[in-house]
Amino acid sequence: MSTLKTLNGNQSVAEAARQIDPDVVAAYPITPSTSIVETIAKFKADGLITGEFVCPESEHSAMSLCIGAASGGGRVMTATGSQGLALMWEMLYIAAGLRLPIVAGIVNRSLSAPINIHGDHSDTMGARDSGWIQIYSENCQEAYDNFIQAFRIAEHLDVRTPALVGLDGFIISHSLEGIQVEDDEKIKKFAGEYKPVYPMLDTDQKKTVGPIDFTDYYFEHKRNQIEGIENAPKVIEEVGKEFGKEFGREYGFFEEYRTDDAEVCIVVMSSAAGTCKDAVDELRNQGKKVGLLKPRVFRPFPHRKIAEVLKRMKAVAVLDRSSSPGAFGAPLFTEIRSALYDYPERPKIVNYVYGLGGRDIKGEHFKEVASKLERIAKTGKVEEIYGYINLRE
Amino acid sequence: MAKLKDLAQMEDRLVAGHGMCLGCGIPLIMKIVLRATEDPLIVANATGCLEVCTTIFPRTSWNISWVHSAFENAASTIAGVESMYQALKKKGRIPQDKKVKFLGIGGDGGTYDIGLQALSGAMERGHDIVYLCYDNNAYANTGGQRSSATPVGASATTSPSGTQSPGKLQRRKDLTKVMAAHGIPYAAQASPGRWKDLYNKAKKAFEVEGPAFLNVLCLCPTEWKYDEAKGLQLAQDAVDTCVWPLYEVENGKYKINYKPRKKKPITEWLKPQGRFRHLFKEENASVIQRIQKEIDEEWEELNRLAGFSQQK
Repeated sequence: MSTLKTLNGNQSVAEAARQIDPDVVAAYPITPSTSIVETIAKFKADGLITGEFVCPESEHSAMSLCIGAASGGGRVMTATGSQGLALMWEMLYIAAGLRLPIVAGIVNRSLSAPINIHGDHSDTMGARDSGWIQIYSENCQEAYDNFIQAFRIAEHLDVRTPALVGLDGFIISHSLEGIQVEDDEKIKKFAGEYKPVYPMLDTDQKKTVGPIDFTDYYFEHKRNQIEGIENAPKVIEEVGKEFGKEFGREYGFFEEYRTDDAEVCIVVMSSAAGTCKDAVDELRNQGKKVGLLKPRVFRPFPHRKIAEVLKRMKAVAVLDRSSSPGAFGAPLFTEIRSALYDYPERPKIVNYVYGLGGRDIKGEHFKEVASKLERIAKTGKVEEIYGYINLRE
Repeated sequence: MAKLKDLAQMEDRLVAGHGMCLGCGIPLIMKIVLRATEDPLIVANATGCLEVCTTIFPRTSWNISWVHSAFENAASTIAGVESMYQALKKKGRIPQDKKVKFLGIGGDGGTYDIGLQALSGAMERGHDIVYLCYDNNAYANTGGQRSSATPVGASATTSPSGTQSPGKLQRRKDLTKVMAAHGIPYAAQASPGRWKDLYNKAKKAFEVEGPAFLNVLCLCPTEWKYDEAKGLQLAQDAVDTCVWPLYEVENGKYKINYKPRKKKPITEWLKPQGRFRHLFKEENASVIQRIQKEIDEEWEELNRLAGFSQQK
């Protein structure tokens, strides 16, 4: 029997962590993810978790500890965001390169400068090539559900790739919601027993972990690593289905909202998708054929599946909560535009950057985007391929 | 105290076939330190000479479990392995009677400089680990750039001597004291020139509960530019000139482990090394005086600390 609890996003992640009880949690507090770390520390102080909790002197050391602990041979997690994730950067690549299935709760926040503590996706988007699986959450329930599934996905023997679960800073991390918390035993059973691969602590079998590759092996080892994340889609699908069967909330690579007969579609991730659903409902009531596609998994990017949905649209707007200065569009946009390239019939596609540094995006903004899409659909002309939402120019 | 004969019969934990330079101090130090515990041992190695020279894929010289993740984080990496050990022991997935020791290793670059924060953090948190710094006074792995362990007057590639400079101008960081100031149960300074002392210190470091720090002077013929056949004499000169005093700080108490009967002048240490050659030009005489003065002051201060500890 699941229980309805009132939790914010950070508490939801911490609750999932308590239920899974990883062997080592190493995490450094940073706004707005701090209360994940504090809550786990309190769980430890109250004897509610049996794993080790280490609070190191920096995020760089937090990820280094995770790497050491995971090579030791056990289940490991951390939590951070923004500058903290940036400080971990070097170690993110190493965690992925060493094939250590570490799970991180990332409370998405902008990157300095200017310093700003509010939510956007600059942190994880910057880490998109680090080799980590990336899963994004619309609300507290998804943060909880995604965090649980992340362990199964990361640890699968065909994958063995670290995974991060994003939730929007403050908008989700600090907003209370009623969420279904599943029974401890069921979650423990779902997560399963951790089976380490090449654990160093099995000292009878000595291992050299992280040797140096020269030009003769590096490329092949990187290729092996890429194969791991390429194997992830099958596992993500299986785990999402199993989760649905077990707990009634099934997950895939993205969520489609009223796309069936849609002619124009907005693509947006995370918390903004919730607001967008409201706007879509209003527009539908006015008879407008608008839909929403909310990507959940950004790495590995489900390019074919997304393209199959979007190819039949007349116009698509991809909304990015990060920018890629100097690039041809922001990260989500470039992925989607590229995914559609091979389809002879494809929609007109535009990109809007929104919400940097936590700037609000409201229903009215989605409606403006929808009316721009309708104009594009009608005229077949794109006037501005790249723009901004709710920005003073 | 183990006999040399017995130690020699122990299985090597770092085996031959590595690519370290002829006369390098690292394998000497490792040979002794890795024998100072009989328990299973896991090593986390910072990027540096030891790491690069011992693990060129698909070969390894390590006869025990070993991990490398990056340059500045050997302390936090080994702390992670130790944390996992504690966790699995509590959870009953490692037998209660199974003892494992944990050793973080870095050069002076990875320890005094880029890895200082991670080391300080790991020591403060009280992990049951030993951290060993092999201090060869420079970034030797990348061709001899200055570190904060490079001594005054040494010519390093990023503090070269030249017509307007006598080499490095700044004093060395006194890392052993910095680590002792963390209030850890054991911090010590040793030299491969005095192997028994090094062995005893490594043994103590492994035996204490909680974090221990070993700072070992490491011969580097490549960057110090001396006749490698005379390395051990040089290591002995380092302690006889008091450039590298042998001492330990046990639960806050300083103890000097070796006092030269007659302190040798600093020139005995400087002269055989090419990195100090320019100091013997007339215009640099004041630098040698400065070095001697600073070494004298440091030795006096160390004696004061040790004497103070004895009175307590």
